[in-house]
Amino acid sequence: MTAVRERVPTRAGEVVRGRGRLWILAAAPLILALTYILPPFRTYQLATVGAYLCVTAGLTVLTGLNGQLSLGHGALMATGAYTLALSQNALAGRGQWTLAVSAAAAVVVSTAVGAVVGLAAARLRGPYLAGLTLAVAVVVPSITSTFDGTFNSDQGLSVALDPPPGYIPVERWQAWLCWAGALITLLLLANLIRGRFGRNLRAVRDDEAAARLAGISVARTQVMAFVVSAACAGLGGALFAVLAQSVSPGAFPLALSLFLLMAVVIGGLGSLAGALWGALLLVALPALANSVTDRFNAPRLEGNLPLAVFGVVLVIVMLAAPGGIASLTRRVRNETHPDRASRSRFSRRLFRQRRQ
Amino acid sequence: MTDTEILVGTHMPLTGPAAAGYSKIAPATRAYFEHVNAAGGVYGRKISYKIMDDTYNPATTQQVVRELVLQDKVFAILNGLGTPTHTGVLDFLKTNRVPDLFVASGSRSWNQPEKYPGTFGFNPDYTVEGKILASYVQREQKGQKVCFLGQDDDFGRDSLAGIEKILGPVAAKQTYVTSNPNVGPQMGALKQAGCQVVMLATIPGFTALSIGTAAKIGFKPKFVVSNVGADYDTLAKQLGAAAPLLDGLVAANYLPASNDANDPWITLFKQINTKYNGNAAFDNNIVYGMSVAVLFVEALKATGKDLTRESLIAAVERGGFKGPSIAPLRFSKTDHSGYAGEQLSKVTGTTQAYFGDAYSTDDGDGPVKAYTPTVVPPAALPTQK
Repeated sequence: MTAVRERVPTRAGEVVRGRGRLWILAAAPLILALTYILPPFRTYQLATVGAYLCVTAGLTVLTGLNGQLSLGHGALMATGAYTLALSQNALAGRGQWTLAVSAAAAVVVSTAVGAVVGLAAARLRGPYLAGLTLAVAVVVPSITSTFDGTFNSDQGLSVALDPPPGYIPVERWQAWLCWAGALITLLLLANLIRGRFGRNLRAVRDDEAAARLAGISVARTQVMAFVVSAACAGLGGALFAVLAQSVSPGAFPLALSLFLLMAVVIGGLGSLAGALWGALLLVALPALANSVTDRFNAPRLEGNLPLAVFGVVLVIVMLAAPGGIASLTRRVRNETHPDRASRSRFSRRLFRQRRQ
Repeated sequence: MTDTEILVGTHMPLTGPAAAGYSKIAPATRAYFEHVNAAGGVYGRKISYKIMDDTYNPATTQQVVRELVLQDKVFAILNGLGTPTHTGVLDFLKTNRVPDLFVASGSRSWNQPEKYPGTFGFNPDYTVEGKILASYVQREQKGQKVCFLGQDDDFGRDSLAGIEKILGPVAAKQTYVTSNPNVGPQMGALKQAGCQVVMLATIPGFTALSIGTAAKIGFKPKFVVSNVGADYDTLAKQLGAAAPLLDGLVAANYLPASNDANDPWITLFKQINTKYNGNAAFDNNIVYGMSVAVLFVEALKATGKDLTRESLIAAVERGGFKGPSIAPLRFSKTDHSGYAGEQLSKVTGTTQAYFGDAYSTDDGDGPVKAYTPTVVPPAALPTQK
């Protein structure tokens, strides 16, 4: 990840994003330190944040920067997770390198699936796009039970993993793997959205006709955005399979896809910092809801409370900071930038359903 | 775990597709522990029972069991419910050396002492049960067309394996998944195949759904159901006005029947239910939950004062436990499977009652043998040290 070539910044804001990549590199030793400080369960949660971050980062590029809504990212995660499981079960026992091969396979397969979905998605707008991606999310359990010989239906597959090298505790090892994946994803994405591709994404999002006049292929850009986003989701899903040591359709329900979208909106659409906030919330809010139900001894609420909490947080954040949590920190830095303003306008538009 | 407390955890479907009936199990287990705690606990240690809702979703089970083990630092997992759910946490519990006692399922996976030395079953395994139910069908429904509907996981597969060991290949077989609450196509296919007996390896919600769906399409075979999906009270509640459809339902069980007023264990359980369980509607789920607690308390008692994870597992492997069940337990170093037999039961009108002999068998090709059940009354109840 050293081949990060600086491009000449075209706008003032781009310089800030260049600094953002330094932050990504600086995060590595911080995460490493955390895995030694935190108790095992917190380390496991930290690892989960890393795995979510791969997905939310990809989704925020798709939805925030390119304006395509996806309710089906859970299914793309499932694609990555099942690929990793099948590959690991065939390869495991030969050493840690098998995990890298399986993760790569997961990215490749989910990229391919993302390309197919993306080709269809590029032809659709607004609610039709939402409907298509929704169908992708809903179809996962049916696929696993129709081809139960391969996917073992609701019970799912267990994932054969080699034990961590040396005497590294399992949770620490998992955190390293997940955050390696997350930081690589962030670096690549930060690099990608800074350049021409990122400008194309935004141009298509803001005005398709104007983008076309400027010589940008709208359909191609949209398909590419979907493919990039799917690759990230596939990697995230693969990391979830490693974390849980198992995969099952129940791990990738429709609610997960909705949570992911809510998380990137609450975090701040279109910014990688927002994706981090979103990933944190995805881990923190259910845990919070859990401790609340514990306190009131109301375990029956548990399944539903996180959803309610997410909804309330979404409403509050949209009212108080339409640009998401990430926009608050930016506001503190007292920076205004036309691109960010349009981003928050977009998120407002998205959730008032006024998009054509 | 301290000198005054033992924290034990479990994962249960308190909400979701498997909650019907099953959500009552863990509170009943906890009620029995409170009864024991009120009498001073076991060797001065009170038992706390932390119940986590996994909604019968294997992915959620992963999360909540991690939380129990890593965050709450439970001493053991007790009676984690479900074949698909619990299968996914076996490796995690093994890695963390957490005793995994009396799993609430009859999958054969729990009986792998070499691979999972800390895991022990509770329910008779589904293959044993399949053989017992199938031998009943062989005796009583000779020459009839026998079909099968089962859960699309190890539960259904193990059950079918037992049935086919006795009857040979069934005439038609169908599967369902808990995430899709519709068995219309399956029951339609079984009707089409002309099935006269349908054997179900289903959880309660899907037993009720299958029987109700069959009636809707005018399909009235004889239903023979696995013990985990055959509690009359649970099914009648699910079916509501259609509860009379349950008349004639044949199942099997290995614990005293909740409606058996003469059983001393039932008398005790009812008292505890009134005192510590908010007087919940008394059914076989409550009997089940309290029977699990009885066995766990027996295991703690057998372990003695010096309680460690290793000594508890060693004590369970020494075996020799007596309790409310009509079936023998055969825990040993080489056998971690649960109860080894069952007695048949039948619904007549609105009453589910045992009939005939009790049977035991193995999950291989051994014969299904009748025996006379003996129950040890709860006089020797080890509540005081």
